[in-house]
Amino acid sequence: MLRAKGLDLRIADRALVRALELSLAPGECWALLGRNGAGKTSLVLALAGLRAPQGGTVELDGRPLAEHRRAELARRIAVLLQDEASDFWGSVLDYVLLGGYPRSKSAWGRDAQGIERARRSLAEFDLTGHADQPYRSLSGGERQRARIAQVLMQDADILLLDEPLQHLDLRHQAQVMRTLSALAASGRTVLAALHEPGHAARHCGFSLLLYDAGRASPGRSSDMLTQANLEALYQCRLEAAGTRSFLPT
Amino acid sequence: MKPLPVLVFALVPASLALAIAFGSVDLNAAQLADALLGRGDEVARQIVWGVRAPRALAGFACGGLLALAGALLQVLLRNPLADPYILGVSGGASAGALGAMLLGASLAGLHLAALAGAAVAAGAVFAFSLGRAGWNPYRVLLTGVALSSGFGATVGLMLSLAPSSQVQGMLFWLLGDLSPAGDPTPALIALAACAALAFPQSAALDVLILGEDKARSLGVAVTRLQSIAFGGATVATVAAVLLGGSIGFVGLVVPHLLRLCGIHRHKALLPLAVCLGGSLLALADTLARTALAPTELPVGVVTALLGVPVLLVLLARVR
Repeated sequence: MLRAKGLDLRIADRALVRALELSLAPGECWALLGRNGAGKTSLVLALAGLRAPQGGTVELDGRPLAEHRRAELARRIAVLLQDEASDFWGSVLDYVLLGGYPRSKSAWGRDAQGIERARRSLAEFDLTGHADQPYRSLSGGERQRARIAQVLMQDADILLLDEPLQHLDLRHQAQVMRTLSALAASGRTVLAALHEPGHAARHCGFSLLLYDAGRASPGRSSDMLTQANLEALYQCRLEAAGTRSFLPT
Repeated sequence: MKPLPVLVFALVPASLALAIAFGSVDLNAAQLADALLGRGDEVARQIVWGVRAPRALAGFACGGLLALAGALLQVLLRNPLADPYILGVSGGASAGALGAMLLGASLAGLHLAALAGAAVAAGAVFAFSLGRAGWNPYRVLLTGVALSSGFGATVGLMLSLAPSSQVQGMLFWLLGDLSPAGDPTPALIALAACAALAFPQSAALDVLILGEDKARSLGVAVTRLQSIAFGGATVATVAAVLLGGSIGFVGLVVPHLLRLCGIHRHKALLPLAVCLGGSLLALADTLARTALAPTELPVGVVTALLGVPVLLVLLARVR
């Protein structure tokens, strides 16, 4: 169980999150929604223990993250960062294998079992044919799928993903969301920062809406993703698009 | 084992053998063999064991230290142009050494002054770059560049004020010169210590390429890793500079030569950089001693003249 207690996050004088109480339980799939700059990335980093909050704590199984060893956290929490250095020199398979570092410490997990798991992870995101290709030569969308495959390779109980759907086409957006939803169904905890409420409604049982000025509302997606809430969240008028709107299944 | 690592490892004894075999005094094969076995002519034995072997080992240690420091700094600073001198420690050491020369200090005094200068520079880099949030690589770079400029100006001032009889010695030190290297044992110990510190971090350094936050999320204790690697690189640079002055190009180019040949994993890159850097410097020093014998060239000039075309050829071939 990952739990934020009275969490305060600020950038300079701007409050991103104020006194947030949030419990992410095994088996739950959460969507994190908010405008650009609302604090989604800061919250993901704080929940992962990669940024110290200005107030409150994040606890894993009842103990503050700061009391866990970094290596132990890496076996429990996997993070997809929004941005990442792109100068990795190896193959796509090498890149995905690095996700095994917290468990193997050899950085590469090049035993047969590790390679098999990495290949399965690549296959899940249509990257089988790219396994031996240089990572740097991938397109933006392919690279994003390889990054998610690396996160899965980490084999953690809790997955925190910052904009996992960026650069992805519709087919692969659906593929990633199905995978995340299935991982939650198998008992993992998933939280993904998204920009498409339709994906949140379809695949995530819970949503956390990050409003401006640090206000946050967590709850069941069925209760949270209303037209009124989303208009208040994004500060724009919305209309039901009917048959003109398409969401991949 | 792949051919390139075998070749690099084989280069170590080959370069040392060449460094011992060639010098301003011609020794034939029989004389060399006798001297190596501690037999035969006393003069030949003295040349081999008293002069050439320590100098060859000093060259190897110096090159290995510089290449190791360069490989570490390039990954830590995420900057392919990083070399051991980017930390400003060579500038500090140069300013200290030249100051000692101006004051007519002994060799030991010169080493002490160089060490003090390097320590001041390293202390300043660490003080400005290590905060509560850990290391800030950009501040390391900026502080190092600023210090290098400041020390460069100081060195220029000392050169312009120095009596002409001292200027050549100063220039040799600045360009890199192994002739006053003396006993290589401290440098070899420093090399072994830095290698022992850095090699076990190879896997974590591989992960660090993905960025600090990603490395942390994968379980790397990033601040600790950076402290070990920055510390190791600093000690390696200081040891190399004390031994041979500011020998350029080895620390910058050797890691890149290996990467251009497809060696990226630090588990292979770090030991191969030590072996290749050490061998190349031992060979360059042999050339510096013998090309215009009895006149010696500054070895730093030889490393640059050889290194630039090799790197350019490799860059042209590997795209």
